[in-house]
Amino acid sequence: MKATPHITQNEGLIFERSQTGRRGYRLPALDVEETALDELLPAELRRDDYLEGLPELSEPDVVRHFTRISTWNYNIDLGLYPLGSCTMKYNSRLNEKVARIAGFAALHPLAPEEDSQGALEVMYELQQHLAEITGLSGISLQPAAGAHGEMTGVMMIRAFLDARDGAPEAGKSPARNVMLIPDSAHGTNPASAHLSGFTVKTIRSTSEGLTDLGHLRELCSSGDVAGLMLTNPNTCGTFERNIQEICRIIHDAGGLVYMDGANMNALVGVARPGDMGVDVIHLNLHKTFSTPHGGGGPGSGPCCCTSELEPFLPVPRVVLEGERYRLDSERPQSIGRVKAFFGNFGMHLRALAYILTHGNDGLREATEAAVLNARFIAHGLSDTYDQPFNSPPMHEVLFTDKRQTRKGVHTLDIAKRLIDYGFHPMTIYFPLIVQGAMLIEPTESVGRAELQQFIDAMKEIAREATEDPNLVLNAPHTTRIGRLDEAAAARKPVLRWRPSEKTATA
Amino acid sequence: MRYIPNSPEERHEMLRGLGLGSAEQLFDSIPADIRLSEPLKTPAALSEIELLERFEAMGAKNAAARRPSFLGARAYSHYAPTIIDSLIQRSEFFTAYTPYQPEISQGTLQAIFEFQTLVCQLTGMDVANASMYDGSTAMAEAVLMAERVTRRSRVLVSGAVHPEYMQVAETYVAHAGIELQRAGFDDATGRTTIDESVALDTSVAALVVQSPNFFGCVEDLKALAEKAHAVGALLVVVVTESASFGILRSPGACGADIVVAEGQSFGVPVSFGGPYVGLFATRDKYARQIPGRLVGIAYDKEGRRGFVLTLATREQHIRREKATSNICTNEGLIALAATIYMTTLGRQGLQEVAVQCAQKAAYARRAIAALEGFSVPHSAPVFNEFVVRAPVEAKGLLQRLASEQHITGGLALAPYFPDRPNDFLVCVTETNKRGEIDALVEGLKEVWSLESGV
Repeated sequence: MKATPHITQNEGLIFERSQTGRRGYRLPALDVEETALDELLPAELRRDDYLEGLPELSEPDVVRHFTRISTWNYNIDLGLYPLGSCTMKYNSRLNEKVARIAGFAALHPLAPEEDSQGALEVMYELQQHLAEITGLSGISLQPAAGAHGEMTGVMMIRAFLDARDGAPEAGKSPARNVMLIPDSAHGTNPASAHLSGFTVKTIRSTSEGLTDLGHLRELCSSGDVAGLMLTNPNTCGTFERNIQEICRIIHDAGGLVYMDGANMNALVGVARPGDMGVDVIHLNLHKTFSTPHGGGGPGSGPCCCTSELEPFLPVPRVVLEGERYRLDSERPQSIGRVKAFFGNFGMHLRALAYILTHGNDGLREATEAAVLNARFIAHGLSDTYDQPFNSPPMHEVLFTDKRQTRKGVHTLDIAKRLIDYGFHPMTIYFPLIVQGAMLIEPTESVGRAELQQFIDAMKEIAREATEDPNLVLNAPHTTRIGRLDEAAAARKPVLRWRPSEKTATA
Repeated sequence: MRYIPNSPEERHEMLRGLGLGSAEQLFDSIPADIRLSEPLKTPAALSEIELLERFEAMGAKNAAARRPSFLGARAYSHYAPTIIDSLIQRSEFFTAYTPYQPEISQGTLQAIFEFQTLVCQLTGMDVANASMYDGSTAMAEAVLMAERVTRRSRVLVSGAVHPEYMQVAETYVAHAGIELQRAGFDDATGRTTIDESVALDTSVAALVVQSPNFFGCVEDLKALAEKAHAVGALLVVVVTESASFGILRSPGACGADIVVAEGQSFGVPVSFGGPYVGLFATRDKYARQIPGRLVGIAYDKEGRRGFVLTLATREQHIRREKATSNICTNEGLIALAATIYMTTLGRQGLQEVAVQCAQKAAYARRAIAALEGFSVPHSAPVFNEFVVRAPVEAKGLLQRLASEQHITGGLALAPYFPDRPNDFLVCVTETNKRGEIDALVEGLKEVWSLESGV
């Protein structure tokens, strides 16, 4: 077993550590003539609580606090982090260094264009690479995350259709108002479609885990279809081999195809959404292009589209005129801004560094290695765990707990037991259409021996589920805390510390 | 490729073990006619040395990053203690993901809980979420939330809210059945005005104001809260300069119902516009209408305290199209940077930074106002930003200041307010030394005297 109990068990909250009078900073002395406070700001506009309750700590206090709590986190640098559809690949230190180059980090976004040419060049060049990788020529780097890119993409579909078919009269819904979404899709898809004013209709999946073409045709016959949001490879880990036919059906029905690029790590350098008939896609730079996940962001969700949709991309656009880069906001058909400034520029730098470090053959090599690793796990576990679909997986593989439930062991228990074996669990209970789903995405960043360790651990857990189910049901056994009562937490939510709260034993 | 552990030989063996003859066969489920037949046109791989050279060269082209700057307008240069960047580069923080498995994510979860608490303390609110993308999207989400809470569909936005924040809100509500209307501002004070022309009545879901506003003026939030509450509307307060929390009365204490802010000031580099972090806080009674993630306290069977993602039934992965927002990934690592900043500066430091900003801005404002031909048009109190009215077009003046004096003097307002060609916005923080401020004042004087031929 890789996991060990460790020494920092009792670090409280920073508020509990605070001691009046401690300081962790020093500013230079004020070097201008002082103005009386009342003259600066009248008392009624100033705080009168003197920030009571905020922590007071020395610098070592702060460093120890955050270092200690950090040791309670699993992370990619520690090992395999096989969250399906999250692409937890290696985050290179080189990219971190690039993002911290002073010429970028200290550059104000409102600095004059002529004095920000290097930053605009970075964005322009990244756009060119993403266009080549997706086969889609129109790019905006503005969206801050995947769901934000989705929202941008489907709003562009709305704007395109309104321009083509005529905008609806005020107060009326447009004639094409239905967004089709497979039942296996990520929850952000319907949420983004709803935010963009669409009515969501769900497409069934076939027994192979693919989009049901019959159902798709049926839904398209009503004449109100604006588009389809499809993840490919889909969340069952399978390539939608009928993708061209799917796009044809949607296009013939007058709609557009949006592709969720969450699973692009299976395709880079091998196949391009633009060549499949897709009209618009978002990429997750924090997945496919390895910008760090950061404990839940920052992400970056560029939108890539066909030339027909390009006029509708968010503004401003980065354009090259002669040898000068420029920000262009004069795009009358644009959906507008989706965020202040130009997107998560620090992530653009890292993604560009990733692409240039890999080069054309490295990008393809990464894709091959990612799919091979998933295949290796699929092969290693196919005798032990139930596979809901027979088709060979792409970069992630789906299993269920069907065989283990006979002894009362479920997916959640298997996931928790994996922690005892030193691994982060896979994505669980997703996609929603597969009961007890376990979605495993190893990525290219893990070697053969560790893949085998993971397979062995999963097999061992399956054996334990039969021979000693309680061991699995009560897992994890090696962590600082056990399973937490999430239902009680949601019933009476405590969402912040307050001075009155007793220091609990943690 | 050096990031891929398995060597080509190992991969070959693995392929053979799977009964495959080549890597190409891994992609058999993709129809041949949509598989690439040629390599991507991406250039060949660069070594580490070559890559750093390329980026250093591009970075060097950003002349604006190397000179004193008085740009603010929702991105601010503040002092960031060294430990912030050092701590957020710990593998445990930057290479982890959303804390889906609480037993091995307590570091991230506890840090978010601390972040939520700090945001509540600064804003004077009851509950805060785990962060939004940035201040602008946080404001747009606040508008959507106000509609959910009140079931009303008109939202009044102060004319002194940052124009780009307004543009983002317009995009977000385009299909939400919400009508955004701009309220005016007073030319003399620089503050929001609510008069008959904007009909603040019972059809209004929320009044949205920024303080300090786009012109740097501190709004009378108490009076605005009373006006909003009198018709049953919410008051949404937007803060783009979070350093102001150290000195200004909290929006919560003034009666705000939702507070959103840009948290970039808290130890996050300006980095050409992102990544930043949006703060979002509200009253307890609206907790279940909040967008995004929330962390709460939970206990295990032994009674040990831990932290979990909670109230998830608001969120897209459960509610799908009925969720309070489509947001999933937010700005975890930047929220952590802000948490470390707020902790390191702490109670004393946050106040000291705010006072220094206000003092230095007051010094700069006095000196510029005393210059022949220059004036400061607004009478309302300011924090660390203020509008300057120049005797000539601000754009040309600032260009000459940059090229001749190597100072970025501020932001010309003409692109946002075409009727104000001579106005520009100056921001001063604790990082602007007195010598820089004096050089700005001297520089303005010199450029103007050359232009006017005096």
